[in-house]
Amino acid sequence: MLYREAGQFKTSYGADQAIFPILQDKLGMIVILALAVVVVPLMASTYMLNSILIPFLVFSMAAIGLNLLTGYCGQLSLGTGGFMACGAFFAYKLTTAFPELHIVLVFLLSGLGTAMVGILFGIPSLRIKGFYLAVATLAAQFFLVWMFNKFDWWTNYSASGVISAPPREVLPGAFITGTEAEPVTKYYFLLGFVAVLALIAKNLVRSRIGRAWMAIRDMDIAAEIIGIRPLWTKLSAFAISSFYIGIAGALWAFVYTGSVEALAFEINRSFQVLFMIIIGGLGSILGSFLGAAFIVLLPILLNAGMLAIDPTISSALVSHIEFMIFGALIVFFLIVEPHGLARLWALAKEKLRLWPFPY
Amino acid sequence: MRSKFMALAVAGITAAATAGTALAADEQYVPMLVYKSGAYAPNGIPIAHGWEDYLKMINARDGGVNGVQLTWAECDTAYNNDRGVECYERLKQPTAAGVQPLSTGITYALIERATADQIPIFSSGYGRTSAAYGPVFPYVFSAPLTYWSGADVMIQYIADQEGGSLEGKKIALVYHDSAYGKEPIATLERLAEEEGFSLHLLPVAHPGLEQKATWLQIGRQIRPDWTLMWGWGVMNSTAIKEAAAVGYPMDRFIGIWWSGAEPDVLPAGAQASGYKSLGFHAPGSDYKALQDVLKYVYDGDEGAARLRGWGDVLYNRGIFSMAMQVEAIRTAQGIHGEKTLTGAQVRDGWEALDLNDAKLASLGFEGFTKPVRITCEDHEGGGQAFVQQWDGNQWSIISDWYNPRRDALKEAYKADALAYAAEKGITPRDCS
Repeated sequence: MLYREAGQFKTSYGADQAIFPILQDKLGMIVILALAVVVVPLMASTYMLNSILIPFLVFSMAAIGLNLLTGYCGQLSLGTGGFMACGAFFAYKLTTAFPELHIVLVFLLSGLGTAMVGILFGIPSLRIKGFYLAVATLAAQFFLVWMFNKFDWWTNYSASGVISAPPREVLPGAFITGTEAEPVTKYYFLLGFVAVLALIAKNLVRSRIGRAWMAIRDMDIAAEIIGIRPLWTKLSAFAISSFYIGIAGALWAFVYTGSVEALAFEINRSFQVLFMIIIGGLGSILGSFLGAAFIVLLPILLNAGMLAIDPTISSALVSHIEFMIFGALIVFFLIVEPHGLARLWALAKEKLRLWPFPY
Repeated sequence: MRSKFMALAVAGITAAATAGTALAADEQYVPMLVYKSGAYAPNGIPIAHGWEDYLKMINARDGGVNGVQLTWAECDTAYNNDRGVECYERLKQPTAAGVQPLSTGITYALIERATADQIPIFSSGYGRTSAAYGPVFPYVFSAPLTYWSGADVMIQYIADQEGGSLEGKKIALVYHDSAYGKEPIATLERLAEEEGFSLHLLPVAHPGLEQKATWLQIGRQIRPDWTLMWGWGVMNSTAIKEAAAVGYPMDRFIGIWWSGAEPDVLPAGAQASGYKSLGFHAPGSDYKALQDVLKYVYDGDEGAARLRGWGDVLYNRGIFSMAMQVEAIRTAQGIHGEKTLTGAQVRDGWEALDLNDAKLASLGFEGFTKPVRITCEDHEGGGQAFVQQWDGNQWSIISDWYNPRRDALKEAYKADALAYAAEKGITPRDCS
């Protein structure tokens, strides 16, 4: 009833190609952003900001990155953890070597550095496909984490191989790393940063380059025949994906935990991000956010929710129940909708348009 | 269905976050980061039981600390740094007496947060070694020993066994390839240079179930005179089994105090006999504090207590570290004259903590450990360690207490801490 586009006419190409062609979607997005900017910081406790929203935003960024590569370009990658580590350690080396460099610039530069590494490890994708490529990117994962662990130059010769973020401000007085950083500042910074980069990603996949990725994903031989160069397309997907993932890694180390060791980016991290995009929806920017929310928030909500219902329950039991419910929910959602939560949302929109007179 | 569930869970979180703030007047809250799930649970569980039982015992026997009842809340970190940070954020309150992260990685992740929140971190025998230097790390306490002290004690012990000189000897270090396992390397490298032994580093990837290559190298190629281990969880028992498989002599294999408990040797069976480790408190249950736990928490039911690990090495460690935490609260109450203290007030108690022989005896820890005295500058407190050996049935102490050669160590703490301060832009406090 409410969700119906009848009467909304598009009179220009611009209107036809808008990200949100329907007024309701546009309004919905504005409402969500307004909630995120105004209401959330007012309502959310420090705990909510620090342990739920900040990691959610960081992981959304990583999931967008991997979705560009795997969801849009069809190149299966298990190197996400390694690329996140690149971002984190590059940012650390940059900001300790050049303390006067603005932190946003540091993040972007570490993303660029990671993009280079991504191109390097993307070269095999020209010859190998599918599961075999996953194994090849696994090499990136193990090699990169090993490298950051092995050579203590990366950690400025720290005894324990842990890097910790020095205090840096994004605007004068507004620290986003270090002890003086307020959770609200961090949240706003991340929200803005992730929103802008997500918008760029959304536009990328709607543009020529994104269509080239999808052509390669759907059938690379056909794509090649119609004039899409696989070399350039695949490597650009690796580069841009790694750029996003690298920034996510730097944000993880700098804004979320504040100190990190290479072990934090081991293979489990790659799986975590891969599961995010599979559950959220391959080939969907919205799916990256939904998947990140599912994987990051659900275990914490389950755990805290159970303890809130019955505080006397033993924490070991809670952990084990959490594993079981979480696992069961993953299976449930994959059975109900193998194309992910984003597809569920698309179906819901279809239903809403016909409601209350389905046919 | 999902949205309903989420709404319920969100409501739950907010309830949990607000529930703790409504404390009654005479309570002191102790948040506990435990791990009862995951690969390291066999080692995490007895420590968590020790903590909980000691708090229960203090509440039952003394009616709390000077009449202030102790309350606590648990959160399961699964030895995972991200979850550890989440748990800390979930449990933290201004009146939190302090937090024991029970993981070197989580300690690293929490040092800055806890310092900003003014909640003391007590990393007893783990964590960032240089945090023992109080002027730079006002909120971190690592009594009674640090990893660098542990490495020093091991080398002293080996030197004694070798007749005083380590010249030309080969020593291998098998370590968990994480912040935890890397901690002793700097000290061992320094000692290798000073005492003339060669050091071989053998990292083991988390969680440590795959060590065949490591031990083949030790057994066939390096053939070290002594092997040291910085392991945790399943890595320990795996290492002992693999060492036995390559025929490495067990009595030349020494673990740090986190590699010397019942869950580490029992899975290896009879092969583990002769394996050694460090310890900074005695195993067993012949101490008044442990007898009191039996009496007040378990009503004398030794079977029930044993099931929870009572008298085992790690359980005793939990008892001992929680006892230090409780004494810090008691000392802080004396300083501030208030009932319910904030984290910052408990911190003052830590810096005045003096567990001398008489005090230890009055707490029921006579002969259990050596005195610890923490000052503004020294957050390690001068503890001592011994070597214990597994005989197939139990751990027994086989050496004297060793005092780490702290002059050199303290210089190293200071140098590392000042480097950290410079990087972070911290001005060290004046402790004189």
